Amino acid sequence: MSVWIAVLATGAGCYLLKLGGLITPQRVLEDPRVRRFTELVPVALLASLVALQTFTSGPSLGLDGARLAGVCAAGVALALRAPFLVALLTAAAVAAGLRLL
Amino acid sequence: MSAAEYAAGETGTRTREANAVRDGLNIGFSSGISGLAWGAAAIPAGLSVQQACALSFLAFSGASQFAVAGVVAGGGGLLTGTLGAVLLAGRNALYGLRLADLLRVRGWRRATYAHFIVDETAAVATAQPDRATARLGFLATAIPIYALWNITTLLGALGASRLGDPKMYGLDLLGPAMFLALLWPRLSAGPVEVRVALTGALIAVVATPVMPTGVPIMVAALAALLGLRGAGTGPDARADLRRERAT
Repeated sequence: MSVWIAVLATGAGCYLLKLGGLITPQRVLEDPRVRRFTELVPVALLASLVALQTFTSGPSLGLDGARLAGVCAAGVALALRAPFLVALLTAAAVAAGLRLL
Repeated sequence: MSAAEYAAGETGTRTREANAVRDGLNIGFSSGISGLAWGAAAIPAGLSVQQACALSFLAFSGASQFAVAGVVAGGGGLLTGTLGAVLLAGRNALYGLRLADLLRVRGWRRATYAHFIVDETAAVATAQPDRATARLGFLATAIPIYALWNITTLLGALGASRLGDPKMYGLDLLGPAMFLALLWPRLSAGPVEVRVALTGALIAVVATPVMPTGVPIMVAALAALLGLRGAGTGPDARADLRRERAT
């Protein structure tokens, strides 16, 4: 049940943020520090999510070689300008392949 | 304006409109089918098919949805996990700020358009040369991406729930790979972005053994403060501000 609460709260939160941006006066963006901060927060969050999902299993730290290789393969695919879905499939395929061995 | 000029202007408008629609459909379709990846990743994380679909329908924000799945998989910390997921959607608020002046929508229309503000629609709308085509590009992206994202979520979730061990198919890689794919273009923006990303990753990993699930991600957001040193004082920032005011 509590997962449903998280699902609904995330839905409401995401919508309110989108709407909030649309109705906030434009002046807010004139402060370059505010604009810079709003650009950099997703960078920090996304990087921490990549790190956590690569180096954790469940609630604790742990290294899964196949997973690490899969994430690196996605990085190589992105460096070669592969489309989004191709990069994701590459990661999954590399990890699945290594686990078959 | 002479008849010839008028005709040229008319063709120009049509070309711009056609370009906006083509951009929107291209990006909308290619991104929309990534719902397959989300649906397939949500099930092994521990979400039900309904929950995966509800997130696509209501939150409609890929990174936030994957973040919720990550916390559910980690087992617990749902409150902080939800906060982290919503914080990730904060960039949509920024897009909203930039789109407000382009879309110029009011009332129920504004409330509806808001739901469709995501990376892709914002990118297409802001790339168009004028307001009319910006709105057209926004809609041409929003409709296919939202429809496909929801349909493919259902297909991916149903498919994954019929598979055996999702790890055998590497489905647990879809989450981190998707975050990496979203992060990638931002890293090329400059050395500050790279520094903030590395610090954020380090903070999250160091904090994980000592903090409840979900909290390390919130703490990692502090890494963004690193990039603020010097912002607003450098010549770049001032030039940026002037440009922004001029447009």
